Amino acid sequence: MRAVITVLGKDMVGILAKVCTICANNGANVVEVTQSVLQEFFAMIMLVDLSSSSSSVTELSEELTAMGDEMGLRIHVMHEDIFNSMHRI
Amino acid sequence: MLNSHDILETVNMIDQENLDVRTITMGISLLDCIDSDPQKACDKVYDKICRYAENLVKTGEDISREYGIPIIHKRISVTPVAMVAGACPGTSPVRFAKALDRAASSVGVNFIGGYSALVHKGFAPGDYALIQSIPEALSETEVVCSSVNIGSTKAGINMDAVGKMGQVIVDLAKNTAQRDCIGAAKLVVFCNAPEDNPFMAGAFHGPGEPDCVINVGVSGPGVVRAALAKAGDCDITAVADIVKRTAFKITRMGQLVAQEASRRLCVPFGIVDLSLAPTPAVGDSVAHILEEMGLERCGACGTTACLALLNDAVKKGGVMASSHVGGLSGAFIPVTEDAGMIEAARCGALTLTKLEAMTAVCSVGLDMINIPGDTPAEVISAIIADEAAIGMVNSKTTAVRVIPAIGKKAGDELNFGGLLGGGPVMEVNTYSPAKFIHRGGRIPAPMQSLKN
Repeated sequence: MRAVITVLGKDMVGILAKVCTICANNGANVVEVTQSVLQEFFAMIMLVDLSSSSSSVTELSEELTAMGDEMGLRIHVMHEDIFNSMHRI
Repeated sequence: MLNSHDILETVNMIDQENLDVRTITMGISLLDCIDSDPQKACDKVYDKICRYAENLVKTGEDISREYGIPIIHKRISVTPVAMVAGACPGTSPVRFAKALDRAASSVGVNFIGGYSALVHKGFAPGDYALIQSIPEALSETEVVCSSVNIGSTKAGINMDAVGKMGQVIVDLAKNTAQRDCIGAAKLVVFCNAPEDNPFMAGAFHGPGEPDCVINVGVSGPGVVRAALAKAGDCDITAVADIVKRTAFKITRMGQLVAQEASRRLCVPFGIVDLSLAPTPAVGDSVAHILEEMGLERCGACGTTACLALLNDAVKKGGVMASSHVGGLSGAFIPVTEDAGMIEAARCGALTLTKLEAMTAVCSVGLDMINIPGDTPAEVISAIIADEAAIGMVNSKTTAVRVIPAIGKKAGDELNFGGLLGGGPVMEVNTYSPAKFIHRGGRIPAPMQSLKN
């Protein structure tokens, strides 16, 4: 399956690196990344492939959310199908 | 790749605007549990529910985590218990209520609906005993919900049942007076009750339903309100379009969850109920949508028109998003469960008479309304008759869920906590309809029923 990771919050050094490290540790392959910084507001959207991942999407989500809580960021991990359903006919 | 704007919009809906799937409700038929031995019947009911719904809660939680969507409730609806209990004459149907309560507790759902009777044309064996037992059954169980269908467009209105239900509601409130009369919040009196409604307290598994089915209820008043707020000063046609587009997105999410739950539980997918169901939480109010449309307060003149537009646009938007739409599907207006309605009722903008008008165009009826504790049973019956008449003539579902606040008068408050919320006791017209109610009999089906 593929999941969309969104990271929202105040910009700071090392956000992308930390998210990618957790993805790599869980065997999640990063397919696409888009990132924007508007003034101090950081928004990143990452599409990851979990088909050969060692962990479940739940484990990845829990680890990323915990990291987000520590750094004051809102991190969501959601199944790609949600967006396909809601925004494509 | 997916559009970033779409992704952030969805995340924002969940994070900031209270978007959620309100309930995954498993409907279970109890027709094969009928037995003339009440103990055997109760055992079969308990075993079947536990067997079928064993993984319901876990599956709901798994989907919620994997998809990143909050799924608030996992619930069960069953065949109207009067049909099962009717085979055991002389036994109190309360035994069945307790079996349902135990089963619900074993599988971990937070409500089980179906302590019900369908009496729109008259009482079959078991119906009368079940209705009589409702005050005891709902005060001695925790999560059992009850409903009684007293009328339909096809059959007319069973005024004997209407007369009975007024007293049942009063007795139920008295039995639970120590707990803010919460028992009455678990009983719905319907006209044209849908057989596949996933929302409590009125959910039951109709006799025409399959053995087991998954129905999903979506929600999202906060999302609709936020979309309207972003649009600013557009005309009312644009308002309807915004509601439609938003309802479409919300329903697609519900459809996805319903299909996934159905696949994982190996149970057929029934319907998606595309209702806007409010909660007492700030930002999750249907009244606030109506106010966003341009009303100073919900209940002001214009409220019925705004609600009609909202109810219709929700259906139009949602219907293309799901392969099977059912249940109640529309805008709910439960007073104590909606922060905007509570405020409007407190300040006097929203009255019972206005609410009655609103029920002609919303998806249900007079819902979660606290009324004075000394309201005579006949007046409650007459409220039910009025609502049923609106439903019968307009070929729509209407319902009454009023809570007599025992020992309290208009302006006092009841607080149930949680999703049932709380709010002020509203004034009721107490000129007596007693003679009308005591006539009994049946209001004939209207001309609208003769469609064949």
